Amino acid sequence: MNRNQGILHQIDWITVGLYFLLVILGWLNIYAAVFNEDHRYIFDVSQRYGMQLIWIVAALMLIVVIFSIDSRFFSAFPYPMYLLMILTLIFVLIFGRVVNGSKSWIEIGMFRLQPAEFAKLATALTLAKFASVYNFKLNQFRNLLIVSAIIGIPAVLILLQNDTGSTLVFATFSLVLYREGLPGWILVMGVVLILLFVLALLLGLNALTVIIFVSAWVYLLAHTRNLKISGWILLPSGIAYLGMYLAIWFLNLKLSLAVQLVAPWFLSFPIYLVMAYKNNIKRIYGVVAAITFSLMFIFSVDYVFHNILIKHQRDRINNLLGIEFDPLGAGYNVNQSMIAIGSGGAVGKGFLQGTQTKYNFVPEQSTDFIFCTVGEEWGFVGSALVLLLFLGLLFRIIFLAERQKSKFTRIYGYGVAAIFFFHILVNVGMTIGLAPVIGIPLPFFSYGGSSLWAFTILLFILVRLDVSRDQQLN
Amino acid sequence: MQLNDQYIDRKWVVGGIFAVFILIFIIRLFFIQVADNKYSMSADSNSQRHMIQYPARGLVYDRNGILLVHNQAAYDLMVIPRQVLPFDTLLLAELLDIDVKLIRDRIYKAKIYSRYKPSIFLKQISVSRYARFQEHMFKFPGFYIQSRTLRDYPRPMAAHLLGYVGEVNDDMVKKNPYYSSGDYIGISGIEKSYEEVLRGAKGNKIFLVDVHNRIKGEFMNGALDKQAVQGLDLTTTLDAELQEYGEKLMAFKSGSIVAIEPQTGEILALVSSPTYDPKMLVGRKRSKNYSILQKDELKPLFNRALTAQYPPGSIFKIVNGLIGLQEEVINLETHFECDKSLVGCHNHPPNNGIIKAIQYSCNPYFNQVYRRVVQQGTDKNRFVDSRYGVKRWVELCQSFGLGQTLPIDVPNLSSGSIPGLKYYDKKYGKNQWAFSTIASNAIGQGEVMIVPLQMANLAAIFANSGYYIVPHIVKKIGENPTSKDEYTQRRYTGIDHKWFVPVKEAMYAVVNEAGGTARLARNDSIVICGKTGTVQNPHGEDHSVFIAFAPRENPQIALVVYVENTGFGGTWAAPIASLIIEKYLHRVVSAKSVEEKEKRIIEYTPLKK
Repeated sequence: MNRNQGILHQIDWITVGLYFLLVILGWLNIYAAVFNEDHRYIFDVSQRYGMQLIWIVAALMLIVVIFSIDSRFFSAFPYPMYLLMILTLIFVLIFGRVVNGSKSWIEIGMFRLQPAEFAKLATALTLAKFASVYNFKLNQFRNLLIVSAIIGIPAVLILLQNDTGSTLVFATFSLVLYREGLPGWILVMGVVLILLFVLALLLGLNALTVIIFVSAWVYLLAHTRNLKISGWILLPSGIAYLGMYLAIWFLNLKLSLAVQLVAPWFLSFPIYLVMAYKNNIKRIYGVVAAITFSLMFIFSVDYVFHNILIKHQRDRINNLLGIEFDPLGAGYNVNQSMIAIGSGGAVGKGFLQGTQTKYNFVPEQSTDFIFCTVGEEWGFVGSALVLLLFLGLLFRIIFLAERQKSKFTRIYGYGVAAIFFFHILVNVGMTIGLAPVIGIPLPFFSYGGSSLWAFTILLFILVRLDVSRDQQLN
Repeated sequence: MQLNDQYIDRKWVVGGIFAVFILIFIIRLFFIQVADNKYSMSADSNSQRHMIQYPARGLVYDRNGILLVHNQAAYDLMVIPRQVLPFDTLLLAELLDIDVKLIRDRIYKAKIYSRYKPSIFLKQISVSRYARFQEHMFKFPGFYIQSRTLRDYPRPMAAHLLGYVGEVNDDMVKKNPYYSSGDYIGISGIEKSYEEVLRGAKGNKIFLVDVHNRIKGEFMNGALDKQAVQGLDLTTTLDAELQEYGEKLMAFKSGSIVAIEPQTGEILALVSSPTYDPKMLVGRKRSKNYSILQKDELKPLFNRALTAQYPPGSIFKIVNGLIGLQEEVINLETHFECDKSLVGCHNHPPNNGIIKAIQYSCNPYFNQVYRRVVQQGTDKNRFVDSRYGVKRWVELCQSFGLGQTLPIDVPNLSSGSIPGLKYYDKKYGKNQWAFSTIASNAIGQGEVMIVPLQMANLAAIFANSGYYIVPHIVKKIGENPTSKDEYTQRRYTGIDHKWFVPVKEAMYAVVNEAGGTARLARNDSIVICGKTGTVQNPHGEDHSVFIAFAPRENPQIALVVYVENTGFGGTWAAPIASLIIEKYLHRVVSAKSVEEKEKRIIEYTPLKK
């Protein structure tokens, strides 16, 4: 009795409040999205809104279960859990059921579960466990390798299930690692690589090569404040590239793209090394390395994009970047989704008044594209509010994580924040044309028990750990 | 206790990343929802309306380019319950000439189907009513007009052949993804068999509609629209004037006329009487009229020409004669007495061979021929022997297109029947039957059943001296002649070409020589060859049959006329056939023929009440 009162007192009611607010809003939006005039009753279990209520009630029971478990349990068993998760993923890969092209489901009786949802949880706990040992340093190579494996193994297994969306979620653990001391430049490099990827497709390789050289020049100019020396970085390569193009033009040379891109650079870069040595500007070594790497990278992007990606993946990226506009084909979903959201205007059409989503213009309107209903019926005000609620939740999770004495709980907390963040980022981004169409659910909003439970467990383990924050000392 | 956490400040970076992305999203939302009206044109009530573009169904012409079937505009009033605002029900009832209760019912039904998808509120509103309604349409948000086309018949004829169009049923909607509820589909006749050609392909157009129910423009400049593809026109083999004339002659009689161009298998006329006006089965009145026609005891919906299986009567003697000649059980000079003890016969001069026997239609003669065909002496036991004979006889009959469904391009053709070993074994038991059991087949009175189309095809085979091309009704689809092998390749019978010479001689004699049974078919200007039949009918008066082709040299038309319950073949069927031939070959029927034949036939109206 006493202990229970203690728990109630210790629970972070702000997080719990945000959780319930979002779950209820999510439920109402599912009601609106698939509203059926003949089944107006929101509790009607023949409809998705009735079913979602069942999932919600089940989620509440899960919360009770989580609170009844001793907090030390979560830090004691991540490794066996992780192992079990890996085995399950392998099992699914062999015996799983294919739904929407992903072999990522297992069926137990009438229930279908997607183990990938729980893989995130197991990975977050395991990561926390491993990185919370005393005197753990992330910049040790061995540690970095193990951490990469912890994240990488489930990611690769899920990728093999053809579930690209869930795979990408694992990339966000880099934010957790960053908090725990991963060098900042790795994150920056990640961003630069994404930028190069996008620009390579958007501008083409030749234009991007010019941009890379100009950036190198600007960078050197900024640091050396010497126009002459920084200018030299352009000249030899400029001549080499020009020479190559003239040769192609006049001699009718047939050079492969790779050779076109890299050969002039390799011909000219010894000059830079000599220059760097002579003038004793060490920065030039770095620049030379960066240019070399960038050129190889953009070439591989081009190669992978055109030769390895499947057509529909290519189409989705092309549509996202605006390279192609095909409103009937690959761009259909996003176009319809943006019409629905855009038609909501400032204050929306009102609850149950949306037409775009209900007309079935928007595909998957109760799962992946549920945010359309928010946008259409609640307008800018409503959708911004939902996003701010999510941001509030993310902040609160960080706050909870940071107030822990236990490093384990903190790392886990960041893991939770990162997973939530990625889902919101990609799901909402996709509906407003800022992210490629990747089928991952919006936490608490997308219809379905599997994802609701996974997010609930993820969040409430943190809340449970937080309750016992004074007891956890590792 | 957490000691010297050197990275504590990074929580601001992580938090900052979260905040920046959410902020970017909010800005983006601001642009698509508030600032940019590309997506939110007067956001409160604009909506898209998907309108199916129904293509016009292909037209149908006769062989000379006369229009037989075309389209008339009709308008369906559609409703989207979700968009309906309170309106003046009385005004709507008055404009559409329906009662208020019906309006309520229909809206209720539409709601049950879907609140958001359009359903048909009122079908096939006439042009004049549509014009009036359109002026008031702005008062009825949620309603709009969808234009459709209905069939129309400038010269109502050949109802059975042309068939009719109706709403697609649920089974078809499930089976074929092209159709959705409320679509039209060909249900019978060539509307059915050429459905895919005639229907074209539906299109889809998306409009933006304002709160006043007015179309404001194309959605995305029509980028998502799909153009409807018009159906292809059909040119049939039918001769409209001949068909009309045939229907006129057959008025108030029960029976059929099928006329074929022998060299091509093209059906020139296909009359089934009593018939009905194809206009009856168009539009809203279709289901009411359909049940009236269905209840009519004269069975006007029944296409006798393709589905009525009749005993062929004496015209079948020619087939048996040809088989006898081919099997060499008789020759041209073979003589059989007219022995009335075998089978009854009328009084005629003695025959001295097959030609005269056909001319006089001598029953005992063909009884003997058929005996020789069946009992060829292959086996000593006559029961076993008859099995060999009948097997061969069935084979040869089938080579005439009998006892099988010919692959014609109109649905629901019956096969008729040529009874074989299986049939008789089942009926009498194996080795329990022989010639005497089945002797009535000799004169076309037994179990042999033939539909009029097959009879006409027999006439074509005689005209062609031994081959036929599967009869068909469509010559050209769009601009392309039908190129199906079936409708271009000759099918040869198992009878040698030379045996048709005496048959033609006899058929000439039937019409043109003294003692012939079809003297009434004679025409001074055309050499007609034919054969009468009088089919005994246990249910009433005999059926009158006549098959013919003309002219004797290089025949242009082969036909059958089958008139039920009118007695002797020469009396009614023969003169009708003669008139049809004259009409087809000369385009006009001479005053003499009108006086001698047409008048009498038109005045004869056994079915008139």
